[in-house]
Amino acid sequence: MKIKQIVMTSALLAFLPWGAEAAEGRLLATGGATTTEGAAGGGLVPWAVISGYTEDDEMGGTVALTRAQVDDYRLDVTAASFSYKNRFEISIAAQQFTLENLGAELRQQVFGMKYRVAGDLIYTAMPQVSVGALYKRNTRYDIPELVGSQRENDWEAYIAASKVWLAGPLDRTWLANVTVRATRANQFGLLGFGGDLNDSYDVRVEAATGVFLHRSLAIGLEYRQKPNNLSFAREDDAMSAFIAWFPSKRVALVGAFLDLGSIAGADNQTGYYLNLQASF
Amino acid sequence: MNKLQTGCIHLVGLIFIVAIGFSPITSTVAHANDSLYDALGGTDGIEKLVEELLFNVAEDRRIRHHFMDIDVVRLHEKLSEQICELAGGPCTYTGDDMVKSHTGMGVTRSDFNALVEGLQLAMDDLNISISAQNRLLALLAPMHDEIVGR
Repeated sequence: MKIKQIVMTSALLAFLPWGAEAAEGRLLATGGATTTEGAAGGGLVPWAVISGYTEDDEMGGTVALTRAQVDDYRLDVTAASFSYKNRFEISIAAQQFTLENLGAELRQQVFGMKYRVAGDLIYTAMPQVSVGALYKRNTRYDIPELVGSQRENDWEAYIAASKVWLAGPLDRTWLANVTVRATRANQFGLLGFGGDLNDSYDVRVEAATGVFLHRSLAIGLEYRQKPNNLSFAREDDAMSAFIAWFPSKRVALVGAFLDLGSIAGADNQTGYYLNLQASF
Repeated sequence: MNKLQTGCIHLVGLIFIVAIGFSPITSTVAHANDSLYDALGGTDGIEKLVEELLFNVAEDRRIRHHFMDIDVVRLHEKLSEQICELAGGPCTYTGDDMVKSHTGMGVTRSDFNALVEGLQLAMDDLNISISAQNRLLALLAPMHDEIVGR
């Protein structure tokens, strides 16, 4: 099983080379959480932040487990990332999407890379800007093909800008992120890429904003525009309202309310999201 | 798109506008920093804060080497003056500018963050409010570029 392999590899990465000297050069929470696609960010949206706490010459990264449960579907993700010098990250995520009414499941692997091109999240007037790419691969393609997907794997590219205001409104620390992504993905890629309605890249805007109630506790919102490529069912944008807790630089826990709209004909898919991240 | 999602777009948009539009005003104009000096406990509070900070630094293996061969009494005096002046208190900073005082030290980005963490712990220990903590950090953060890599 590929997921098991990833878990094992992640565990090795986490505990062998960096077990003694974990990266800790950055301030708490500045590596964000792990998105469902493996890249550092919120939950739905990849941010400009680089995963983990690497700064200067440090190497590090994250391992993460995620579950999203909405009315008729469940998503389980195992993800890992490696980051270097607060400059770039590579990531991998294995997604399993269960269609609970049908007793069927979809599987996707996501390989990601992200490079910080300019700015610093906290210390520069300009936002931190990163560019990223994701390669997504359906490892079970029967259902996506059936509903009109045009291909079983595809690339996405994005540019993200993140900025923190240490003393923003109400003298609290605020974060804002805007990400623009070129994508052909149907339902994040879980239903393949491209469709009978549209088979070209769409540019989609994603946004996140949050406020730190304390430097270890943030609440916020995310919004992600999505394409609408398949005639068999309408696809809606996705949003979440999250709370993120960073008890230390080793662990982060995110809980969220999710609204994924209509998925494959089942409307109003709302539910919860949980993400546990370990950093090293 | 359902009503909840439409509402959320508006909410995200509103928060962006508030965050981007008002943050410079709230941090520099509305307070004018007069109450930050008080929130830090005045001159006595600031001197106590700097003392706690220097204790934390001395215990921090990541950065204590930067503070080994220096006049700690003078550092305490100058740093207290600087924070007092920044916070709008009745003090005048009489030390060197940040570039001059850090040239040759080789302060890294990690070192700077470690110092910030030492300051955060000191502020926690002295029960300084989150508002005051954030405002002081926002005043010190722009010095990053003058201090790191010199």
